[in-house]
Amino acid sequence: MNLYLVNILLALTWGLMSGSFSLVNLIFGFVLGMGALYLIREQVGSLGYFQRAWRVLSLAWLFIWELVLSAWKVAVMVMSPNMNLKPGIFAYPLRVDRDFEITLLANLITLTPGTLSVDVSEDRSTLYVHAIDCSDPDSTRADIAEGFERKIMEAFR
Amino acid sequence: MIEILSNYLTGALLIIGSAFAVVAAIGINRLPDVYSRMHAASKAGTLGSGVMLIALAIYAQDTGTTLRALAGVVFFLLTAPISSHLLAKAAYAVGYPMWKGTVLDEMPPDSRIGADD
Repeated sequence: MNLYLVNILLALTWGLMSGSFSLVNLIFGFVLGMGALYLIREQVGSLGYFQRAWRVLSLAWLFIWELVLSAWKVAVMVMSPNMNLKPGIFAYPLRVDRDFEITLLANLITLTPGTLSVDVSEDRSTLYVHAIDCSDPDSTRADIAEGFERKIMEAFR
Repeated sequence: MIEILSNYLTGALLIIGSAFAVVAAIGINRLPDVYSRMHAASKAGTLGSGVMLIALAIYAQDTGTTLRALAGVVFFLLTAPISSHLLAKAAYAVGYPMWKGTVLDEMPPDSRIGADD
């Protein structure tokens, strides 16, 4: 987290030196500062910083990509003349146990194709998910466990 | 040159965004129960509004507007799943029936209000 502050400081310094505090210039300064920190990664021990930043970025990218995919699937389904629906609610046993991880997972599930989180049980061990195609809940469960839940555990543990 | 490019990009994004918004609206009309409707509203709706806000951010050429538009996208991504989750949960709690074609319901029996009377 300290390195993150240093990086922001470097960006501000860049803004000062180049005499412009426009957004684009500050972002450019941030990227430059990141490059500088990367050069001295052995000395200041910033390797973990880059790994974590990379994992969080890849999670964010997954989030956006899945949203596009799911919006597209909903669009195709809604526009097809014969909607072949088999909706249902299935229970999903959670492996993540921290509040913000559960929130993140629930949000990701809602934004993925065909699934929508409805509720979390009182003891935070089960997530109830509505699926628009619930003909094979076991494979949906496996998809979530192997995809999002594992990614979240990798990024925040 | 850059301006022409950004105009084309803005136009394309606006069309894509409104197409998804229309699909979300059609979905809300066609899908059979409140739970399935949430799918259309939370996904196609979020993407539609988000893409249109990104179009605004590209078109604006002004840091303040761009930042606010991007913040809008982030807030859409954060809040749409939460609101659809709350709507679905509330609908289930007050006993809104699931569609007759529903194949599975693993919600705990006590999650409907007044289930134990």
